[in-house]
Order: sequence, then structure tokens, then C-alpha cells
Amino acid sequence: MRTKSTKYIFAFMLLISVLVISACSGEKDKDGANEETPARAQEITVRIADDPDFLDPHLMTASITEMMMLNIFEGLLAPETDGTLKPGVAEEYEVSDDGLTYTFKLRENIKFHNGDPVKIEDVKYTFERLMGVGNDETLSSKFKIVASLDAVDESTFKITLTEPNSTFLFSLTALDSAIIPKSNDGNHNESPIGTGPFKFGKYNPGSNLIVEKNEHYWKPGIPYLDKVTFTFQPDNQTALLSLQAGEVDLMDVPAHRIPEVENDFTLIYEEANSTVLVGYNMDRKPFNDIKVRQAINHAVNKDNIIEATFSGYAVKLGSNMSPAMEAAYKDGLQDYYDVNIEKAKELLTEAGYPDGFSTTISISSHNALYTNVAQVLVEDLKSIGIDVKIEVVEWGVWLERIYKGRDYDMTSIDFTGKLSPYDILNRYISDAGNNFLNFKNAEYDALMKDVIKESDIDQQNVIYKRAQEILAEEAAAVYIADYQFIWTMNPNLEGYKLYPFFYHDMSEVRFKE
Amino acid sequence: MTYTIRRIVLLVVTLTLVSLITFSVFQVIPGDPIRIMLGPDADEEQVATLEKQLGLDKPLYMQYAQWIGGVAKGDFGQSIRFSKPVSELIVDRLPVTISLALMSVIIVAIIAIPLGVFMAKRQNKPSDVVFSSLTQVGMAIPSFWLGMLLILYLGMTIKFFSISGYVPWSISVKGALGSLLLPAITIAIPQIAVMFRYVRNTVIEQLQLDYVRTIRSKGITEKYVLFKHVLRNSMIPVLTVFGLIFAEVVAGTIIVEQVFGLPGIGRLLISSIGSRDFPLVQGIIMYITVVVVLVNFFVDILYSILDPRIRMT
Repeated sequence: MRTKSTKYIFAFMLLISVLVISACSGEKDKDGANEETPARAQEITVRIADDPDFLDPHLMTASITEMMMLNIFEGLLAPETDGTLKPGVAEEYEVSDDGLTYTFKLRENIKFHNGDPVKIEDVKYTFERLMGVGNDETLSSKFKIVASLDAVDESTFKITLTEPNSTFLFSLTALDSAIIPKSNDGNHNESPIGTGPFKFGKYNPGSNLIVEKNEHYWKPGIPYLDKVTFTFQPDNQTALLSLQAGEVDLMDVPAHRIPEVENDFTLIYEEANSTVLVGYNMDRKPFNDIKVRQAINHAVNKDNIIEATFSGYAVKLGSNMSPAMEAAYKDGLQDYYDVNIEKAKELLTEAGYPDGFSTTISISSHNALYTNVAQVLVEDLKSIGIDVKIEVVEWGVWLERIYKGRDYDMTSIDFTGKLSPYDILNRYISDAGNNFLNFKNAEYDALMKDVIKESDIDQQNVIYKRAQEILAEEAAAVYIADYQFIWTMNPNLEGYKLYPFFYHDMSEVRFKE
Repeated sequence: MTYTIRRIVLLVVTLTLVSLITFSVFQVIPGDPIRIMLGPDADEEQVATLEKQLGLDKPLYMQYAQWIGGVAKGDFGQSIRFSKPVSELIVDRLPVTISLALMSVIIVAIIAIPLGVFMAKRQNKPSDVVFSSLTQVGMAIPSFWLGMLLILYLGMTIKFFSISGYVPWSISVKGALGSLLLPAITIAIPQIAVMFRYVRNTVIEQLQLDYVRTIRSKGITEKYVLFKHVLRNSMIPVLTVFGLIFAEVVAGTIIVEQVFGLPGIGRLLISSIGSRDFPLVQGIIMYITVVVVLVNFFVDILYSILDPRIRMT
């Protein structure tokens, strides 16, 4: 008996060992996704890399959170796919000629997920909460310029500013000021309630976040899906396998993995409105010398980086603005510095570094993107005698030492997109708290002051374009590219829309007929 | 009795030391939990408000003192990252990690022990040589890679296995098995290798001892010699290894949960370290320490059951 059972175990062990050993010689991938059609429950699963930061819409900041939670909340205004604004909780709005008074008319019959109608007092509550009125707990600095909040009548709300601000309207979307019910005070982070197409279902830390259809949504016929599960899967490789096994319907895919999915899945991509850059500390030698910065710009081959890092799925940049911003984008700067090693060497010699110098690029380990960029960069700079050492640090260390402490020589980072061009460009204002590149330019500061007062949109864009030119002329950084975020979707789905910021808009996603 | 008391005192001392080490490490490593959570675009006003609300504006030693005070009262504090009580977060994830660890240990036991005995009898025969070299490979395979292979070759082809995420036992036993079996095998394989070698060598050693010759000379069947006497005598050293293997398995869950996207303690630990969630890291480390110490305590008790000559003093 004994020997018989041990024989079986022996056989089982052999089987496992054979599987492990012969791993390399195994059959090629089985063909694509599941063969049988899924039961048509109106439910999908979307992969997200990590847990949300906060469920409270006034606290959430991470793009990972916004991607999911923007399905639950709406602001007075709502962002369009092209980055412009359309009515949200407010049906219409008016800005006074002096640019100080904003009047909003609430949408009729709009309800929170708990069934309560949206009242003026909820709107007032929302802004008071953000501003920290009555307590000392300010949640956003964007509303410092608000002088007063007034309920005119049952459906009209008025915001008065202390000074005109051309970007104020952009602060009124769910990204910055989601309208939330006063009755839910104290529970916004545990059981958030909003007015969006989906209502909050359940959050299982480390596992998933579930949203369910909002039956009372004010836009008729929307949403199509009954339930969306955002599942947290930190490992890219496993996530891709889950997609192929049909366990996930939508996820982002690294550009170099596209060949594995392009035949079986729908690919969706456009510019992500981000800016990948290699920055240097302009307070430090030798980067305080514009000639050194220009030399580096002439030496870096952006096309190579785009090919190596994004497999070509990126658009070359020359300043801190993506073509996704359309009207505010200044075209042509991407070729401001051509790849010219001779010229770069000349510039370095003029700056007093004929033999180059040694420096360190400090990058965060949380995204392979930075390592990839740095590796190409090191080779490019070697050709003009600059010896760059790569130092990889943890994300928390990067934020503390490099971003906040400004203690670094070179670094690489990508800035994610914002709705307003002002919010993209304001980090280069000399005394901005997040100006960790230490860029200082008087003309730039003056322009950014002007644009905030400028009410004419065309004129604003003229100023924004000049600001981008200054960044290029001053070689404020090596602006590499705006990469495309590539989503792969279950081919049976349609209706996924892309925005110039991170948002998994599930409202119109549906199964094909 | 004194033994138990001594053990408990030892546990408390261990826990204090471990929490002090964690605290010291947190003193040294840079990183601000709020900023890590919110990223580079954090609103300064919001950061200030949150730090005040969570008591993060105080120096870390005060946070630690506060934490210790809470623990004394049985309150492990609130997680910064998840805004939930630490104990609740750990308890929620316990079923995943416990199931995973138990399944791994069971797999190790049912494969390595019989196999070790079996191969000890076949010492230096071809099958033994093959297996002994295979165990070298087994010990050398990194678990993240092994996990990937299993996903690719078993997870993708056999519908029973789910390759990411976790199905609770309460919802479906089959689903739970499907989501835990591959990770459990991943953790088990290197440990099987260790255990197998240990069992094999111990049994071979025992087989050469005098008492075996004596029993054999009494004409008792070989099967009886092996399973009644040798195996039992081999179990004591094997148990020691078992205690160590359990610690390895717990450590293994940390990586493997990451690969298979299982919402267990290990993944929680990784993410809480990354996000500098001091109360949560402390809580999880306390928990793991208690488990490892307790398991070794039970191993000690088992010694005396297996060998009455060993007394608990």
C-alpha cells in the first residue's frame, strides 16, 4: 500500500518537475482570448495598478484615483474630451464683464445617488468645505481667490472673486470641486456620494473598487453598464495575462507589448497630455549656465528615446505643453534644438567645460519609463564628454529629496496633464512651490501674471505660446515627449472615450449589439 | 508552566525589539506618507490639513509613543494610506494569507516527506540522483519567475485556475482553490526541495544507526522498520526545519501575493512600506512576528510529544 501511494506521489512530483524544467520548450501561446462568448451580464472589469489615495473627491489627487472616481462625481462644470468645459451639475453659467462674478443655474431634477435632489446648500457646502470655512481645514488652495458664495434663489448660485482669474472655471469640474451632499458630511471618504453616472458600490482595499449604475442619472439612457469592477493588479505581466484570459476587459498596455494584443483586442490611444522631461537643477553648477543646458539639448536624440522607451507611441515635444492642449500649444518648438554633437561640444567649450563633466541623474524606481529614458540619455551625453551616473531611488525618496528638497543634479519625470494651460505652466514661476527645476525668468513671471487677468481666450493663448517659447529658448529642461497611453479593450466593447487627463469614462461604454 | 511563561515573556521582548527596529528604520528612510499618496501634484493646503488631522506634524518618536500607548490598550491605530483601522485591514486579509501559507505547508509536507523517505531507500540509485539534482534547481528558482511560469503554462491553459485576484472561500470553494493553488505551489516548490533533502538525509542517517540493525535482526519487516521507527525518529530534526520552513513560507507569501495579485498580508506590507504608512507597517510586522513565534512554540510542544525524553523546562 505504502509503496503504491508513494509511487503516485513520485509520479506527481515528476510531472511538476517536468513542467518546470521544460518550461522553455512549451507550446506557443494558446490562441488569444477565451473562445466562448461571455454571459452578457452588463458588467466589466478594468485593471488599475494600485489602490486609490482617497475616495473623498476633495482629497483625491492621484491620477489612479481620478480615473475611477470621476465616474461617481460631477462638478458644476464637466470636462469635454477635447479639454473644453461643458455644463455639469450647473445647466448654464454666466461670467460678469469684470470677470469677478460667476452665476450658475442648477440643473433641474438632478439627484444624488442617495435619491436626494441637489440643493443650493449642497453646492455652498461643497465650496465651504474646500475652502475650510468655519474650521481651519482648507482642502484646496484653488479657492483662495473666492470672496463670497451666495445662494441667490433655490436654483441659482453665485461665486464672487477678489480678482479676475481666467483659469477659475477650470477649477469647477469634479477634478477639483465635485458637488457632494451636505447630509453625507463626515462620510465622504467611507461612502462617497455624488451625482455621476455611477454610484459607489464597495471598496475592498488591495483588491478592488466596484461602482454600480446610477438609475437616476440625469442624462437619459446613460450609463449602459450595470457594474464596473476596478481591480487592483500591480504586476503588469500578470495583468496582461488576465486580459488574455478574459478576466480583465480594459487595461493599459506598455507600447512594447502591443504586438501580443493587437490582433485580439481593440487598441485605443491618443496623446496623454503629459510631458516627459529630463530636468537639471538650474541652481547648481554647471546647469546654471544656459550654454551647458543648450549643449545637452543638442546632444539628446529625442527620437531615439521615443523609439526605445515608447516604441514610437509618443509625440516629440520642445516645451512643457502637449499638442493635446490644441489652442494653447505652440507648434515648432520640438525642433528648436536639432541633434548636433559638434555644436553641443562648442557650447560646452564656451561654457568652460571642453572635456565635459561628471554628474548624476536621480530617478524614481516606480516606473520603468524613467530608467529607460535615463539609459538612452547617458549614451547621448557620453558623446559630448558628459559622464552621467544613474541613481535609482524609491518614489517616496524622490518626492522628498528631489522634488521637495530640490537636492539633485539631474532627474527625469513626467508631468501629467491638466485641464488648464495655466496649471501646466505655473510650475516655472520663480517662486512657485513646485518649481523644483529652479527656473527663474522675469519675463516668464510677468507673462504668467498677465495671463491670469486676461479675459480674452485668444490673447491668453498668445501669452501661453510665448511662455512655451521662453522655456525652449532658456533650455529649462530637455523636453522629450508626450507619450500615448495605450488602452487595450475587450473587442466586444465600444464607446470608450479619451480625455486629456486620466479618466476611465465608463458612462458610454457598452457591449456591441 | 514556567516554560509557557518564559515563552510569553520572550514573545513580548521580541515584539518590542521588532517594533523598535521598524521605528528606527522609519526614522532613517526618507519619504512623507501624505506626499507619496498624493504625488507631485499635491495641494500644499491639503497636505497641511491632512498632516494635522492625522497627527503627522508631530515628530516620529511621539507618533511611536502614541502608537505604543494605543497597542497597550489593544488599539493598533489607523492606517494613513487606507484611512481604516489597522486591525480591520489585517483581519480582512488574513483568510488569504493563512489559506495560502497552510496550503503551501501542506503541499510541502505531503510531497517532501514521503518522497524523502522513498528516495532514502533508493540511495544513489538513478532516480535518487535525478531527484537530488532536481532539488538543487528547485531551491535556486526565484519565486517570482516560477510564479510567472505557472501562470503561463497552467494558469492560461487550465480554466480551473484564476491567475489574478482572489475568490473568498465563502463565495466558492472551487474558486478559492483555483486562485490559491498556483501561488501555493509557487511558494512550496523551493521549500519542497529543502525539506526533501533534509528528510532524505535524516532517514539515511537513521537507517545506519544501531537500533535499526537491532530491529531488523528481530526479523521485523522493512516497511515497519521504516515507518514505525525510523520515520518517527527522523521527525524531530525534520520538525525543526518545519518551523524554519513556515517562516520561509510566510516570507514567500509576500512576493507571491504580489505576482498573483492576491489581497493578502504580504501585499499589504509591501504597499504600506512604499507608502510609509507607519501604523500599518508596525501592525503587520507585529502580526507576522507573533505568528512565527507561535509556530515555533508549537513546534517545541510537538517535540515533547514525539520524544517524551524532551521535557519542557
